[in-house]
Amino acid sequence: MVPVTYYLALSAILFTMGALGVLIRRNALIIFMSVELMLNAANLAFVAFTRTFEILDGQVFVFFVMAVAAAEVAVGLALIVAIFRSKRSIDVDQMSSLKG
Amino acid sequence: MEELFKLVPLVVFLPVIGLLVNIIFGGRMGEKAIGAVASAASGLAFVVSILLGIALWTGHGEAHVVPFADWIKIGTLDIPWNFRVDTLSVTMMLAVSCVGTLIHIYAIGYMHEDVRFKKDEKRYRRFFVFMNLFIAMMMILVSGDSYLMLFVGWEGVGLCSFLLIGFWYDMDTLGRPSWANANAAKKAFITNRIGDFGFLLAGMAMFWYFGSVQFGEVFGIAEQIAAAQPGVIVAITLFMLIGVAGKSAQIPLYVWLPDAMAGPTPVSALIHAATMVTAGVYLVARSWPLYSLVPNAQYIVAMVGAVTALFAATIAVGQYDIKKVLAYSTISQLGFMVAAVGMGAYVAGMFHLVTHAFFKALLFLSAGSVILGLERGHHHLAHHDSHQEGHKGHEDVFDPGDMRNMGGLRKRMPVTFWLYLIGTLALAGIFPFAGFWSKDEILLDARLHYPGVYWLLTIAAFFTAFYMGRQIWMVFFGKPRHEAAAHAQESKPIITAPLMVLAALSILGGALNLPFEGFHNLTHWLEHTIEGVEGLPLNWGVAGLSTLLALIAIFISWLIYGRKPLETGQKDPLKKPLGFIFTGMENKWFVDEGYQAVFLKPYTAISRFLAEVVDWRFWHDWFHEKVIAGTYNWLSNNVLSLAIDTRGIDAFFNGLGALVKQAAVGLRRIQNGFVRSYALAVLLGVVVMLGYLLLK
Amino acid sequence: MSVDLILFIILALVAIATAAGMLLSRSAIYAALFLVLNFATVAVFYLILNAPFIALTQVTVYAGAIMVLFLFVIMLLGSEKLPKTENLPWQRPLAVGLAVILVAETVYLLLFRNADTATIQRAVESFGNPQAIGEFLFDKYLLPFEITSVLLLVAMVGAIVMTKKEKGGQE
Repeated sequence: MVPVTYYLALSAILFTMGALGVLIRRNALIIFMSVELMLNAANLAFVAFTRTFEILDGQVFVFFVMAVAAAEVAVGLALIVAIFRSKRSIDVDQMSSLKG
Repeated sequence: MEELFKLVPLVVFLPVIGLLVNIIFGGRMGEKAIGAVASAASGLAFVVSILLGIALWTGHGEAHVVPFADWIKIGTLDIPWNFRVDTLSVTMMLAVSCVGTLIHIYAIGYMHEDVRFKKDEKRYRRFFVFMNLFIAMMMILVSGDSYLMLFVGWEGVGLCSFLLIGFWYDMDTLGRPSWANANAAKKAFITNRIGDFGFLLAGMAMFWYFGSVQFGEVFGIAEQIAAAQPGVIVAITLFMLIGVAGKSAQIPLYVWLPDAMAGPTPVSALIHAATMVTAGVYLVARSWPLYSLVPNAQYIVAMVGAVTALFAATIAVGQYDIKKVLAYSTISQLGFMVAAVGMGAYVAGMFHLVTHAFFKALLFLSAGSVILGLERGHHHLAHHDSHQEGHKGHEDVFDPGDMRNMGGLRKRMPVTFWLYLIGTLALAGIFPFAGFWSKDEILLDARLHYPGVYWLLTIAAFFTAFYMGRQIWMVFFGKPRHEAAAHAQESKPIITAPLMVLAALSILGGALNLPFEGFHNLTHWLEHTIEGVEGLPLNWGVAGLSTLLALIAIFISWLIYGRKPLETGQKDPLKKPLGFIFTGMENKWFVDEGYQAVFLKPYTAISRFLAEVVDWRFWHDWFHEKVIAGTYNWLSNNVLSLAIDTRGIDAFFNGLGALVKQAAVGLRRIQNGFVRSYALAVLLGVVVMLGYLLLK
Repeated sequence: MSVDLILFIILALVAIATAAGMLLSRSAIYAALFLVLNFATVAVFYLILNAPFIALTQVTVYAGAIMVLFLFVIMLLGSEKLPKTENLPWQRPLAVGLAVILVAETVYLLLFRNADTATIQRAVESFGNPQAIGEFLFDKYLLPFEITSVLLLVAMVGAIVMTKKEKGGQE
């Protein structure tokens, strides 16, 4: 079988790419999707560990993560829509009125 | 009888009560009441003195020490205030209070006119307060049991002398606004101070070597100290001589007494003739145990007295002011007294002290009467003239004491004339007046022990008779030389009555110590206190010579002044024959001018220098302003304020603030509002933490 | 070189490629579609890892619901072109650098700090099936389950409130 290390490495790579996406892209939706990617990578790590240690707690946790992610996406997208209404743009760089 | 001794504090405190009553209630009492209170205080002190004398008499003259109060108590040092009642002190008390009371009564009338003439009635009360203060102080002096108490009284009478000489402090003797009287008072005080310095040195030396200043203790161990360190006794006695020279107006500190005539005449009589100036004589008499151990010092004292007697007598010959003549006469007679006690003839000295008090007071008070008479005449004239038109009033400066303005007063003021004559005869030493007996005793003692002193004193006696004769002829005989004299009026009985008592005492005073067997009363009396005195029998040679000389002197004075009386404006007949000698006599041998040049001018120059240059220019202007204030200002402005505060502390804290501001400006740029950069920061944090955990 | 490994490698490459595609695509729709593919790949991974329930949940929830929601929103407002001006010039290099470091750290961690590199055993049939998960879910994790339901409710309400048009408001 594939050692769990490989799965972890993959998870790490996906996570890093998600982080990169958050940092580099300016489109709010893309950033959001990158966040989902990061969550996904974490889920992968959870499931891999579940398989290694033969306990199901990890999978239940993934279940919860997904639920939360769904809720989060809902609210987040609602936010983006609301912001779009006032700013007419989804460029996160435009939302810098908290500039100190 | 023992109880009577306890009354002795009253001699001090009765005059104190008198002066307090006058101070507190005097404003509401009239002139007569004030004078009566003061005279009563003095009179009651006299009564107490008599009682003390009686107590001593019945107690066979033993000395009594009456403790009064503790004064100085420091550790083992104990100097109390005790009263000493012995024959010597009681003699002084009687003389002071008797003459003092008579003068107080006289002063009631005299000051009534004097304050009116000088146009300041309010000072009447002040006069009697000071007079009572003087009596109190003099009593402290003579009744003290230690040199310290004596010194307290000594200083006290000096103070009263100052206050009373400068009684009319804003005028001169003629009533014009001036510093003259105040200066005379100052001169008296300062000259006395020099004498007091000598006294203090004596007192300190005494305390150092004897360990005490109480009479009993000092005299008890005097012989031991003399045997161990004779120089100490010599030093003490000579320092005391300086004090005597100051207080009793001997050479070289006599210069204050003639100027002291600026005070009212009762003051001159009481203080400067009868009582205060005799304090020095009393001091020497009291210190007889010390003086008898040092014959050398005794000689010096006697010579000082004798030389002073002659010196002052010569000056008196050339004086024109009636009181000045008497002042120099006082100095001369004090010289007699000091010479007497210096020679060891304590009884003779004390005898002369008492008789001199009588006739000198009489003379001064009579002179006061003469002056008042002239003032009245002058006043009468001024009033009289102002009623006439076109006639110039005599309001210009008029000196009522100048003998050149007098003359012929025998007819205008007969009572005063007879009184004055009695005083003159007593002073000249004519038999059987009091002065004859006392002066002859001194001369006899001098003849036996100190021939030089004897001759000096005899010549002085000659001059004494001469100038007194001169005075009589000039004042009372001849024609009046001034309008005021022509209109002079006799004095009231309140003025002449005390004088009559004094005249009686001057006539009968010789009975105190007649030099005949069984009569040496004063000698026997003082023997209880002063050991070794003996009453000498009358020496007809000495007595006869002195009387003859006096009569010759009076005759010569009549030749010069009596036969051809002086005319108005005529110069003194002695001026031409004696030439520069008379000029010297007239001008007091220029002693005052000499002192001025030698001591006073340099002293004033030095003090001016110290005050202006050293104190003001150097110390204040330069040192204080530039050095101290300047340094301080420089320090506070430049160093502390500018360098440390502004550049240092302020800069530091301002710098801190600036630093924070810069940091804030710098750090503010992190808050750029971009979410992406915040996310980058988060990732950075994660990476760093992970790295740290890995590398741990 | 077993079949599992080859399968793993191919799927891993696909996952990474789709992730990269999502990152780099200019258009948002393409990015979303790439992400969908990524999710599908990860679902397959779950199947390999004996988590069938999770795999299907992944497809249903993630790819089916979440991504559809994304696509809706993208179609609403995501298709505009972003301006070219760059406000944060150093952002990109720094981000890449940090990412590289992160990967390096992970590699280091996995290679040198690995305690157990045991291979995975063959598991039982009923390891990850819904019945087993259900037993866990309603037994041990009941409280989180209920709270998650509340969470979902809150999210729903929130989303509706936020996107509601204000009556005469600042709109």
